[in-house]
Amino acid sequence: MMAFIKTNRQREALYGWLFALPAIIGMVAFDVGPMVASVLIAFTEWNGVTPPQWIGLANYEEILFRDDLFWLSLRITTVFAFISIPLNLVTGFLLALLLNQKIRGQALMRTLYYLPSIVPLVAVAALWRWIFLRRFGLLDIGLAMMGIEAPDWLGDPNWVLPAFIVMGLWGVGGGMLINLAGLQAIPSDLYDAASIDGANALQRLLNVTVPMMTPLILFNLVMGIIGGLQVFVVAFVMTGGGPNNASLFYMLHLYHTAFEYFRLGYGSSLALILFLYIVVLSAMVFRSSSAWVYYEGSR
Amino acid sequence: MAQALPYHVKRPVTAVWGVLSNPYRLRNLLGRIVLYAVLVAGAILVTIPFIWLISSSLKPQAQLVAFPPIWIPKPILWENYPKALTALPFGRFILNTVIIATGATLGSLVSSSLGAFAFARLRWRFRDVVFFALLLTIMLPGQITMIPRFVLFSKMGWVNTYLPLIVPAWFASPFYVFLMRQFFMGLPSELDDAARIDGASVFGIYWRIMLPLSKPVLATVALFSVQHHWNAFIGPLIYLHDLDKFTAAIGLRYFVTDTQVHYSLQMAASAAFTIPIIVLFFVGQRYFIQGIVFSGVKG
Repeated sequence: MMAFIKTNRQREALYGWLFALPAIIGMVAFDVGPMVASVLIAFTEWNGVTPPQWIGLANYEEILFRDDLFWLSLRITTVFAFISIPLNLVTGFLLALLLNQKIRGQALMRTLYYLPSIVPLVAVAALWRWIFLRRFGLLDIGLAMMGIEAPDWLGDPNWVLPAFIVMGLWGVGGGMLINLAGLQAIPSDLYDAASIDGANALQRLLNVTVPMMTPLILFNLVMGIIGGLQVFVVAFVMTGGGPNNASLFYMLHLYHTAFEYFRLGYGSSLALILFLYIVVLSAMVFRSSSAWVYYEGSR
Repeated sequence: MAQALPYHVKRPVTAVWGVLSNPYRLRNLLGRIVLYAVLVAGAILVTIPFIWLISSSLKPQAQLVAFPPIWIPKPILWENYPKALTALPFGRFILNTVIIATGATLGSLVSSSLGAFAFARLRWRFRDVVFFALLLTIMLPGQITMIPRFVLFSKMGWVNTYLPLIVPAWFASPFYVFLMRQFFMGLPSELDDAARIDGASVFGIYWRIMLPLSKPVLATVALFSVQHHWNAFIGPLIYLHDLDKFTAAIGLRYFVTDTQVHYSLQMAASAAFTIPIIVLFFVGQRYFIQGIVFSGVKG
């Protein structure tokens, strides 16, 4: 009897490893392996064809002290992220609050707000490049009809980032949907209890809704940081980093370095610095979270 | 006539007076009006770019820059679509995209469901450690593995083929493994026990019990995967160099950044590229939203 159980157990364990094997191989070959490799490649000067030259920390030295585009792209990406992420977070939350009310045409409204977020980014970029077009674009036409002289959105170094921020707001429906699901998951007895205690709508919002939503806001914030620092497609298609490098997002600089100049070592150093930046920002958010995130399970 | 109304149906004048004379109900009514005004205005704002996309795509070139803007083109130039889609071999691009998306989605379904089954249902040593490591790689941003993966695939001679875009999917995607594992965990384990007593093999339990019950999560993963590969940009950009190997996404980028192409045709191609994703969304709406909500709320 014991022997039977043992072999059965062993067979189960064998199948366990076997079934998980593709996932394990994938993790090692395509995630952990490349991660380790990128740390090593970052110490080299390498074009991918001739043998790599070990140059120690020279790449990092060049990045920090001689690469103006690194500092420029880091600044552009940071400014964009620090405005765009909170803006999208708050808008997505407020929109979800409104769409969570009992209103006529609720499903239609939700769909309309959500749809832009599933439009492929290349198409988003193509469409908005046309909307932002100087003088003939829909936005400039609209502003002209209101008597406002519009800036040259994508041609003026001062206006290109605001243009990207406005465009980003069009995709707020994705965050709205997650917030909406979160709102619906709040047990209604919490609201009933608050009402019985005499809380008005604003008090219920501030003392029930917001605390209950903080774990989700934390999730959205971290995902926002990861995504917001890696903007690539829209900038690549709409401006290519211009005008005059005013929309040279970090990922564009990284892409040019690695896949146009084929400086793989230098590109890897850039990637690691961006990774570190994402980790540090996320860690700071997580550390601060004990002060503002409310977990119902742990009191 | 008015007397004939049942007592609880108020005459309109009385109803309006009732609202206006009661400060609480008046405030409520004003609140509703503001709510609707904000939501409708916002909905119009987010919908205008879609209307402009379609409208522009059907215009003769001369009407593109008309002031004030023309919303309904005259005549409606349906031929912009075939014109745009044959200006570059978009048929070929779409076929390429379908090949990649099909190959990769099949791979994800097979490998991720096998892995998820191993993590949810089988007992083996280090299972939880491996699963935790897998979860960590979900957080790993793509830019860090981009260069080493490129090196790996170019050493294997896979550059300018579809393999770098398909093969990794056959080694499971951590996020899909996670989604499926959570779903499998929700299925009663009595099912496996009963099947085991009836003499089912481990593979039989996976194939005949789990998979047939898991159609919703399989559908969710399939939808996510198809959407991902339809939209994918940086991978195809790095790996596919010949025009006849392009996917629709990078083909579209090539088309819309060509200054010779006028905006009607750009918008026609962009709309044609977007419509399948919108259709996919409406067809699979239920699974789609479940997946997004699940990854957001529980993730």
